Amino acid sequence: MRLAGAILTLVIGAPVMIGAALTLATAFSWQPGLGRVDLGWQGFVDAFGAPGILTSLRLTLVTGIGATVLSLAASIPLARWLVTREAAARWLTPLLAVPHAALAIGLAFLIAPSGWAARLVSPWATGWALPPQVVTVGDPWGLSLILGLMLKEVPFLTLMTLVAAAQRPVCGQMAAGRALGYAPGRVWTRIVWPQLYSALRLPVLIVLAFSLSVVDMALILGPSNPPTLAVRILRLYGAPDPAQAVPASALAVLLLAVMAGSVVLWLAGEKAVARLAKALIQQGHRGVSRGNWAAAGLIGAGGALALGALGALILWSLASFWRFPDALPARLTLERWASADWAGPALTSLNLAVASTLLALILAVLWLESEDRSGKRLHLGALIVLPLLLPQIGFLQGLTTGFLWLGLPPGALAVTWAELLFVFPYVMIALAGPWRALDRAHLASAASLGAGPWRRLVAVKLPMLLGPICAAAAIGVAVSVAQYLAVLLPAAGRVQALATEAVALASGADRRLAAILALMQAALPWAGFALALAVPAWWHRNRRGLRGGAV
Amino acid sequence: MTLELIELSLTAPGADAPLFAALSLSVEPGEVVCVMGPSGIGKSSLLAHIGGHLARGFRTTGEVRLDGQYVTALPAEKRGIGMLFQQAQLFPHLSVGDNLAFGLTPKLRGRVARREAVREALERAGLAGMEDRDPATLSGGQRTRAALMRTLLAQPRAILIDEPFAALDTGLREEIRSFVLDHIRAREIPALMVSHDEGDALAAARTVTLHG
Amino acid sequence: MRPLLAALTITLSLATPAFADWAQTQAEAKGQTVYFNAWGGDPRTNAFIEWVSDQMQETYGVTVEQVKLTDTAEAVSRVQAEKAAGKDEGGAVDLIWINGPNFLAMKEAGLLHGPFVADLPNAKYLDLSEGAAASTDFTVPTDGYESPWRLAKFVFDYDEERVKTPPKDMAGLLDWAQVNPGRFTHPNPSNFIGATFLKQALVGMAHDPAALAQPVTDETYATETAPLWAWYDALRPLMWREGEAFPENESVQAQLLADGEVDFGMHFDPAAPAAMIEQGVLPPSVRVWVPEGGTIGNISYVAIPSNAAHRAGAELVANFLLDPATQAHMQDIRVLGSFSVLDPAKLDEGAKAAFAALPTAPALPTLDELGPTLPEPHPSWMTRLTEDWAQRYTK
Repeated sequence: MRLAGAILTLVIGAPVMIGAALTLATAFSWQPGLGRVDLGWQGFVDAFGAPGILTSLRLTLVTGIGATVLSLAASIPLARWLVTREAAARWLTPLLAVPHAALAIGLAFLIAPSGWAARLVSPWATGWALPPQVVTVGDPWGLSLILGLMLKEVPFLTLMTLVAAAQRPVCGQMAAGRALGYAPGRVWTRIVWPQLYSALRLPVLIVLAFSLSVVDMALILGPSNPPTLAVRILRLYGAPDPAQAVPASALAVLLLAVMAGSVVLWLAGEKAVARLAKALIQQGHRGVSRGNWAAAGLIGAGGALALGALGALILWSLASFWRFPDALPARLTLERWASADWAGPALTSLNLAVASTLLALILAVLWLESEDRSGKRLHLGALIVLPLLLPQIGFLQGLTTGFLWLGLPPGALAVTWAELLFVFPYVMIALAGPWRALDRAHLASAASLGAGPWRRLVAVKLPMLLGPICAAAAIGVAVSVAQYLAVLLPAAGRVQALATEAVALASGADRRLAAILALMQAALPWAGFALALAVPAWWHRNRRGLRGGAV
Repeated sequence: MTLELIELSLTAPGADAPLFAALSLSVEPGEVVCVMGPSGIGKSSLLAHIGGHLARGFRTTGEVRLDGQYVTALPAEKRGIGMLFQQAQLFPHLSVGDNLAFGLTPKLRGRVARREAVREALERAGLAGMEDRDPATLSGGQRTRAALMRTLLAQPRAILIDEPFAALDTGLREEIRSFVLDHIRAREIPALMVSHDEGDALAAARTVTLHG
Repeated sequence: MRPLLAALTITLSLATPAFADWAQTQAEAKGQTVYFNAWGGDPRTNAFIEWVSDQMQETYGVTVEQVKLTDTAEAVSRVQAEKAAGKDEGGAVDLIWINGPNFLAMKEAGLLHGPFVADLPNAKYLDLSEGAAASTDFTVPTDGYESPWRLAKFVFDYDEERVKTPPKDMAGLLDWAQVNPGRFTHPNPSNFIGATFLKQALVGMAHDPAALAQPVTDETYATETAPLWAWYDALRPLMWREGEAFPENESVQAQLLADGEVDFGMHFDPAAPAAMIEQGVLPPSVRVWVPEGGTIGNISYVAIPSNAAHRAGAELVANFLLDPATQAHMQDIRVLGSFSVLDPAKLDEGAKAAFAALPTAPALPTLDELGPTLPEPHPSWMTRLTEDWAQRYTK
């Protein structure tokens, strides 16, 4: 028990804290590697004096808070529609599994002024022989970035709402409300959803933190002159002059403050909204029964964007040459697939995903099993929450320095460790529920038959939990393959994974290469989820008692 | 082999008073004793405590002695006390044969000998040739018999039975009950059964009632 | 500074025998392995170096091993570390692909072997006169401490189907943009090509081009950039997205050109548009445009550290890189497409024929079309220019 706690704290907690501490120290000009140990505020002065810093700050706030509010708002009618439609809710998984970078690249190919959407309707409907001079991707308000973030976050928040709803008598409450004459939409927004919100708070805060500090999506969809704070920080860290790490770290500290402020603001906003809603509820307006048009519209728009992005990626990966305003490439060819080096990065990503997911599973089992054996809960929730709530750019660069001090050079091992920090929390969240819900009587049976703790673990728990373990592994693989900064920074150019290659190629000349890498980046998690469904189904093909509800 | 309970009492987590008045009881080899009492009195918890499966947080007094050995300090798997549950707890991920093999004592060595022991046990339970069946496809009675065989193959020094026949149809219940109790008596090990069912009480050698 | 360096150079060149025995160098080099420290980020360049290695092995029995760097500074600091540790010979670095600030740093610290360029037999094909492109590296005279091998030159490209007549010069670009608003852009000046675009405009508009060769001062900066900013302030609102957003680099701009979002692209490699057409990135109707008066260019060099273990082999490689046959092979669009550093006027008939026989492409400019190569301003100008641009136009 103590050993398990120590191992978890050392492997997950320590790197986050060391990384954050080193970033903070660097922000105050502490760079012993360069022989600079005099602390001072110069980094902050330089960082805040940089041109356009206020625009960057505004952008970060608008995109971060905007994406969170809009995603949450969109998830409310969607969850109401899906709560009674289990089969339809399964379609959230493939969208959840798409890495941010791949989705952003596809979306950019779709909605750019010269994108597939414009090509489909030009010139016959629009008269455009040349791309229109409108601003979409990289717009100064970050609206494209918000749209991209929403495509990932709406499914996440909707799924979280459905998970929370499954533990409550939602149907009964809906019926009771409607019997009182309330429109279904009213019952959902005023009675049911507010009860679910307490379970949504952590997911919403994770979304908020992620949106404020996202880098890969902002590089592809966000404005560049100036960019968001997170991208600015990355650019400074990447500057040839290592002294730029000081203002970069100062900005990272600012970003952390912005996030803390936003969280406080959010919690205050919750209270205000709750008070307002209470007043509304007391008025007793029944509302008008209408179809759930909001959900229909959201599904239509979201589906069109997601499928359009995927379609644009597939077409570009096969295009010989594709001139505006042709709706389709002149000729489809597999030439680029044959000549481009996508197998190397794909293999690297696969290796990283397998390694980090296996380690995460071992740590999660260590945690849960040590709880079982001691009969006490391990109070290490911070290990799950911290890596997800702190801005990645705020501690990964510090962590890379920390790794160097530990004698861990930039490379695959450092990247695996960094990815583990983000893979572990999701694997743990995914596995903890089914693990704790396992019928204890089976374990008592096994013990009464003389099976000791190891045999109970290996011969009873793990095989019975094969489905949830595979599902957790698929989530782990998806999280790992999506990691951008966790590869970029600790690798120092020595590891080329799909995420880093795809983002780099997104600003290269050849769209077809970017499309191929993005498709591969999306394909790996999909393959993972398919395996997570297939493996337990095959393994337990003759075991009716374990079928269903694996993923 | 005698199972002895000495001044045994349980207090639930957070409760002030024990669930029932302290219980002293001695069960002789081959004897089946039925424990009765109103719901919520802690019958199942009593069995869990004797078997070593009690959830953390319960406070206990008294001792359990088996064959002259105090067992309360031992982990469940070292006590040699078999258990039959209300929902016959066959492992859903193992075939019927593998379920029995899981229980079969490790003292019996050799693949052929072990397979033969499982085959024989299934035959005695009227489940001949069902080694490869999915436990989820067995009927309730078949499952209870398979679970009993699995427990007996572990060569327990005592058996605890937690309302094992409640889920069965009335007609079947008689038949399975006598099958189970006859086997236990034949093995000459002490058995403790908790139940609501008058029929169970009648089939047992003795009945003890718990009081609050 | 410069007279001092020149004096130093003269002293050093007097100390070296003017005509080293090349045959002896060849004999010494046989069997050596030359560690060529070169940036490894471009697959075509890596393949070319491999070809060089094969040729050297076959002809001279010298092996060339490319040490692929992610940044040339890695090799510089390795030599510095070796020298600091007192290792004056037998160093690990034999030959470095170098230019600009890295060259200046090594030259000033006395870490380079030389002057050796004039001793190379193939140096006779070079224009090494004072101030010539092949003897100046970012305004710093090379003084024979580094040998040229490939030319980089700034060019624009455009789609012939949309732009019938490109403007005459940089000033003419403004007139063109007035007629075609929203159709021109340049990479963000935080990117090298974006900064080069500003330098190109500066070189063409400065009152006194000679001032650009000197380190920048507040005074010269204010005087020389005034016409540039006046021109740019007029041009910017007429640019793509009204000059509020810029492509990240020349590759992104090439995509914009291919899509028809803008009408011009820009590159620091005259063969880039032809190569991109070949790859199907740009449409076949793209052509190169060079403003009248020429464009900024610089030459990539190879230098030999003073403690190199295989100096003779390294000199042989430097000489081989200057061979007209090598330069013609390098200029072949199917190989590297990098333009030759040799002086066409100094080539004999055979060499001229080798260049003439190279495959041509409509998008590949001839040497004539490329026009004169303008010298890079002193590096301090670029830093100042990009910082000033960011202050002015990042809101």
